[in-house]
Amino acid sequence: MSQENVKTVDKERPVKRDEMSKWQWTWKEMKKNKTAYFMLAPFFILFIVFTVLPVFLSIILSLTDFNMLQVPGWEGLDNYTRLFLEDEIFMLAVQNTLIFALITGPVSYILSLLVAWFVNELPPKIRAVVTLIFYAPSISGQVYLIWKTLFSSDAYGWANATLMDLGLITDPILWFEDANYVMPLCIVVALWTSLGTAFLSFIAGFQTVDRSMYEAAAVDGIKNRWQELWYITLPTMRPQMMFGAVLAITNSFGFGSVVDALCGFPSVDYAAHTIMHHLNDYGGSRYEIGYSSAIAVVLFIIMFGSNILVKKALSKVGE
Amino acid sequence: MRTKEAKLKKMRTRGHKVVLNRSAGGDLGITIMLGLLGVIMFLPMYYVVIQSLKPLDELFMFPPRFYVMSPTFDNFSDLFTLMSDSWVPFSRYIFNTVFITICGTIGNLIFASMAAYSLAKLRFPGRKAIFQLIVTSLMFHSTVNQVTHFIILSAFGWIDTYLSIIVPSMATTMGLYLMKQFMESSVPDTVLESARLDGASEFRTFLTIAMPMVKPAWLTLMIECFKSLWNSGASIYIHSEELKTFNYAINQIVSGGIARSGAGAAAIVIMMIVPIAIFVINQSKIIETMGSSGMKD
Repeated sequence: MSQENVKTVDKERPVKRDEMSKWQWTWKEMKKNKTAYFMLAPFFILFIVFTVLPVFLSIILSLTDFNMLQVPGWEGLDNYTRLFLEDEIFMLAVQNTLIFALITGPVSYILSLLVAWFVNELPPKIRAVVTLIFYAPSISGQVYLIWKTLFSSDAYGWANATLMDLGLITDPILWFEDANYVMPLCIVVALWTSLGTAFLSFIAGFQTVDRSMYEAAAVDGIKNRWQELWYITLPTMRPQMMFGAVLAITNSFGFGSVVDALCGFPSVDYAAHTIMHHLNDYGGSRYEIGYSSAIAVVLFIIMFGSNILVKKALSKVGE
Repeated sequence: MRTKEAKLKKMRTRGHKVVLNRSAGGDLGITIMLGLLGVIMFLPMYYVVIQSLKPLDELFMFPPRFYVMSPTFDNFSDLFTLMSDSWVPFSRYIFNTVFITICGTIGNLIFASMAAYSLAKLRFPGRKAIFQLIVTSLMFHSTVNQVTHFIILSAFGWIDTYLSIIVPSMATTMGLYLMKQFMESSVPDTVLESARLDGASEFRTFLTIAMPMVKPAWLTLMIECFKSLWNSGASIYIHSEELKTFNYAINQIVSGGIARSGAGAAAIVIMMIVPIAIFVINQSKIIETMGSSGMKD
């Protein structure tokens, strides 16, 4: 674990280094940096208890039939076989989650990037206002509830009123209670709230690109702004793009609360039922902790896998 | 063969700056697209404000209007009467949200800044592994941990207390990550070194030298933490009505249907004004911090 760190410090202080074993030396360094550990400790302890420990607890509990009341019994992989072979709603949830994530993730990512790019060309004052307009929905909490008013199931909702006014429909559509509309609507609302931290990071990224690079590129035969974006800008801001991608993926799996607020739980015919909902259903309502932990583990694996895939893809930008 | 200067001169200029590789058609297309997207983004926000100012008869108008004829603040005062027959006074929900947000944000600022300094500026065995672990945690949405979180919190006996929300929020990793990246890029090691030579302890150096230099990052950390706490809704760790947050109350109001849509909109407006105001005031500082947010794989 400490091999790399030993190497970095090695360069600065080569004296007496080889007279000790690696562990002795590490221990000495640790004692010397006591303050560093003290400063890290409060955060790190909480982080371990509330972020790392839950993950391992999930993995262990997923192999048991723990239900908060009885002493847990060992189940082996039974929870997983039940999940994949018997639980039809889970398969539906997986399908919905993937549709949701595969649309909202990439679209919000590309939207953030393009809007940030457009915004970057505006004069500073206008840029500040436009940035606010795009960023505001993501920090305004439950403002997405207004979509419930816009798409309300009676004629007082804007969507129904407009369609009726145009004579396209005669009876109001029950937007959030119709299995055909629930998913697309939730995706639109999720996208509407998705220009968040990553978007700001992109805006900052575009501002850090050195202008002289563009001039040099223009002389070297870059013909239009799209080439400039692909060959000059994006490769320079690859770190921001990496950061943005991680956030986009994380968020694309976390829109469960938006769905809950708009469609209620469970959504009609489970049309917007995601893995997150399934997890809360078994963990929060039915107290089948073992089973819900198995669901959590599956979700972990999906999140982790998509992060690795996207990182691979991003390393090809500008080639 | 044309020289670089000749070629640059041929390019269009906008103001005093040379504008490279920009066509008028492209500019127009992009402006139109940005305008359309902007309208879609803005209209729902605008509509909430309009709804909150409409008197009852205008709320029931068909078709619904995107403007208000006789604006009134009745909806805002209604909020208090509407919830007066519920278990706890409406102001209690507001207090809960404010209290949780302030405690959690201050805690996060203190803990995460110390940890960020340690990770960014001190060299000790294990720092890379620890930072890697923190970056990995950014890849997971916290709700996936909810159930095991519940078990841990109940082991501490914190279920149904403020602590169940405040304490875990103090270890939010996003703020730490941004703070650490910003410290690395904007606090020069030489400055810290000279403070140490003057005999300042490590903690003192952190407090008096490093922290004042990263003020933009404080604000960013605070708004990140604030954003998630302020918007925390019905938590599965809280059962008592008197400990529930404003967001939970909003949900109750909005689910009351059309008759309450004015009051619901008023509540949403109150909720959104605070984070938006904070962002507007600090926008340039936040963007500055984000400049160093990149992830080097």
